[in-house]
Amino acid sequence: MRYAETGYNLEIDLSRGNIERVETDPKLLETHLGGLGTNVKIHYDRVGPEVNAFDPENLLIFSTGLLCGTPAFSANRTLVSFISPQTNLLAYPMMGGFWSAELKYAGYDKVVIRGKSPDLIYIWINNDKVELRDASHLKGKGAVETQDLIRQELKDPNVQVAAIGMAGENRCFTASIEQSRSSSSRGGGGAVMGDKNIKAIAVRGTKPVNLARGEEFMAHMKDIRKYIDFRNENPIPEVMPILSGIGSPQMMKHVDEKWHTESFAWGNSRVRRKDFWTDEIDKTWTESQTSAIKRFISCFNCPQQCGALIMHDDVPPYMMKCFSKLTYTMAAFVDDLDFTWRICKQAFEYGLDSFSTPQILAFGVELYEAGIFTDEDFKGCPTDKEGRFFWLLDRVARREGIGDYLADGTYWAARRIGKGAEAFDHNTTKKHEQMNIKLGMLDPLYYLMFATNEKISITQIEGNWPQAAFPDKKTREAFVKDWPQLPDEKFKKYFVDWEPRGEMANPQYPTPEMSSEIVDWMEMLHNIDDALGICCGMGSFCLKPPYHVHNYSKLIASATGMDIDQAGVKKIVNRSRNLHRAYNNIRGMRRKDELPPADHWKRRFPDLEETLMQTYYKFKGWNEEGIPTRERLHELDLDYVADDLEKRGILNDGQN
Amino acid sequence: MAKIKKTVKTIKIDADKCNGCRTCEVVCSAFHSEPKYSSVNPATSRIRVITHRLKDIWLPVFAGEYTPAECMGRDKYIIDGKEYDECTFCRATCPSRDMFKDPDSGLPLKCDMCEGNESGPLCVEWCLNDVLIFEEREEEVEEEVVIDEMEAGLEALIDKYGYDKLGTAFARLTQKA
Ligand code: SF4
Ligand code: SF4
Ligand code: SF4
Repeated sequence: MRYAETGYNLEIDLSRGNIERVETDPKLLETHLGGLGTNVKIHYDRVGPEVNAFDPENLLIFSTGLLCGTPAFSANRTLVSFISPQTNLLAYPMMGGFWSAELKYAGYDKVVIRGKSPDLIYIWINNDKVELRDASHLKGKGAVETQDLIRQELKDPNVQVAAIGMAGENRCFTASIEQSRSSSSRGGGGAVMGDKNIKAIAVRGTKPVNLARGEEFMAHMKDIRKYIDFRNENPIPEVMPILSGIGSPQMMKHVDEKWHTESFAWGNSRVRRKDFWTDEIDKTWTESQTSAIKRFISCFNCPQQCGALIMHDDVPPYMMKCFSKLTYTMAAFVDDLDFTWRICKQAFEYGLDSFSTPQILAFGVELYEAGIFTDEDFKGCPTDKEGRFFWLLDRVARREGIGDYLADGTYWAARRIGKGAEAFDHNTTKKHEQMNIKLGMLDPLYYLMFATNEKISITQIEGNWPQAAFPDKKTREAFVKDWPQLPDEKFKKYFVDWEPRGEMANPQYPTPEMSSEIVDWMEMLHNIDDALGICCGMGSFCLKPPYHVHNYSKLIASATGMDIDQAGVKKIVNRSRNLHRAYNNIRGMRRKDELPPADHWKRRFPDLEETLMQTYYKFKGWNEEGIPTRERLHELDLDYVADDLEKRGILNDGQN
Repeated sequence: MAKIKKTVKTIKIDADKCNGCRTCEVVCSAFHSEPKYSSVNPATSRIRVITHRLKDIWLPVFAGEYTPAECMGRDKYIIDGKEYDECTFCRATCPSRDMFKDPDSGLPLKCDMCEGNESGPLCVEWCLNDVLIFEEREEEVEEEVVIDEMEAGLEALIDKYGYDKLGTAFARLTQKA
């Protein structure tokens, strides 16, 4: 019997209309765990560097994590991986909700899709019965709407549906996959799904997920649960409310958005409105938010409530997830939060990433104001900010007029438009829109995170380490006192010594060596979460979360029966991490690509930045091009990868 | 029949607080798996969260008695402007729906208040949103014969296959043993 995992993948070849249930190699659990780890392995083995996003050979893999469907709280992530149309690298956006648990209960760990269907279809997975069904009647339908239409069609309210909207069908590079109260957004999975002519994947399962040592697993969960209770009752006193709890990060609960609205940049990541949060705004936003939110909701098997059911005026009800609350409103320079509830419904129905898309729309507005887009291009567009955004959103989803350019994302649109539009692409890393933040002083940790991670979107790499130094030593000492999540006691000193200003402040401190250790730790936690399918809000993203390096191995061991300790878990995720990096290297990624947006910080330090990068590369066991060395790959039992890199001339023999 | 003292156990449901996480389903099924906590399968849970998310319906319902026949008339409810399907509030395992039946055997499932678990009902313990509240009180009641899960299962089998078929099968099995 297989434990925690089901041991089966569903392999679907759309070009041939072939569906197979394939038993997976049990050894992969020991070498790559599951979720992200095994997905990367499949892409590495099966999708060559010549394959582009919209080639039939591009695999689209929907994966559960190792602990999805078990009693582990918040183990509900569905990880979708594919070659991204935006970056041409391997992307793996994740979504919460209910889909992955249902897939496990249907008896599968992953759905691996290749080829292209000649007609628009949806996939219906009902335990052992799997069908490709005609979806012509769903063409053009909203991504949220489609989920309910399919449930009605299948006459089962418990079917979980991941669907795309018009943006996915039209292969917009920032198209998302929507499901329940969540979406798999970044990197254009919806576009790849649309390219394969899949409107949705519906799942229903009634089979068990087995645990090797169930009683022991539950005992660990009891400890974790105790901690969740404790944290919910005792928010971290030293930090602002949105950082003080667990979950991801409860944007629906908190109205006070002083920090986000004033520290982040509005428009196309241009302007910080440092005095935005007035008493008046506080009052109107509170009214708007409390009246729009009908109920707080959560993902599968999670006690936190980061989502909400929105019922606002005549907007049909829909569910909302965290940060979308601010992105469109801030990008459009709209001060009225009501705008959020209206535009997000439309954006979710179209199935567009609410992180990249608002920046792209604001970029469109900037090009118009700069005379690069003309009146002719904007013909029919309302002149008010809100109307203009709705109009642009519509153009993008339909790929009509200038929307056809913008639908390729800021980077590609700028190059297709030309006429100086490239200068307006100022907030991308590796061709992907980044957090809309423009700051003063370079931050070494964030520098590394922006530059180097395979997740590419910064928002999901940061984590357990506070985002900024605390103002006084006493508060810092109080904070570190109770911090069992840390991998090593020495980090406490790093933190206590870290000052907001002066010699012990950014950019000199934390030193490149310390920064490497801290970033590596945060990244490792994300990689564990992404292998297990755990929400980063309960693991890698929050300060002092319930899951951490010291309890993960216990959960994995008791769930799977594997004899594994902390070092073992670290080795596995390191292996997967380096495999992912090597894969992207094979696809052309090098040092020159690892650059945060040029104006991200006002004050830059080119020499220090280079030192940071090289120190980090070295720490990771990568050469100065950011490619894993043979030695590193050998340590991780990845000699075949080293051979492959050498054969391709990416690693040179003897030089590493 | 004689009056006896009985501890009545109830679980109060404050559905307004339910966030639809289905933790209660997970933990109930894990507790009732053999051996305990060896597997999870919400389809075998004795509590199911009925959801229609866009209509703001999140409603935990516990498995009640087994009934061999579906009812003749059904009810529709409108509460707080929301219309509930005819069977939504019914706790019975009945022929007209799959809920509260073991997905493999089709045998009825019933909430047993987690008999044998020291800390009481697991769903109550694990719902961190205070939706489920356990209540216990002493009551004087008529003595009655309580049928256990196996009897309910047998009854369901009899209803499905008839005494004769079941009798033959049982005799054959006894011989083999
Ligand atoms: S913490 Fe929030 S986002 Fe994460 S699983 Fe729970 S409800 Fe979902
Ligand atoms: S555990 Fe509680 S909040 Fe979650 S679905 Fe069950 S009753 Fe609702
Ligand atoms: S009380 Fe126990 S048996 Fe009844 S529904 Fe809750 S967990 Fe299941």
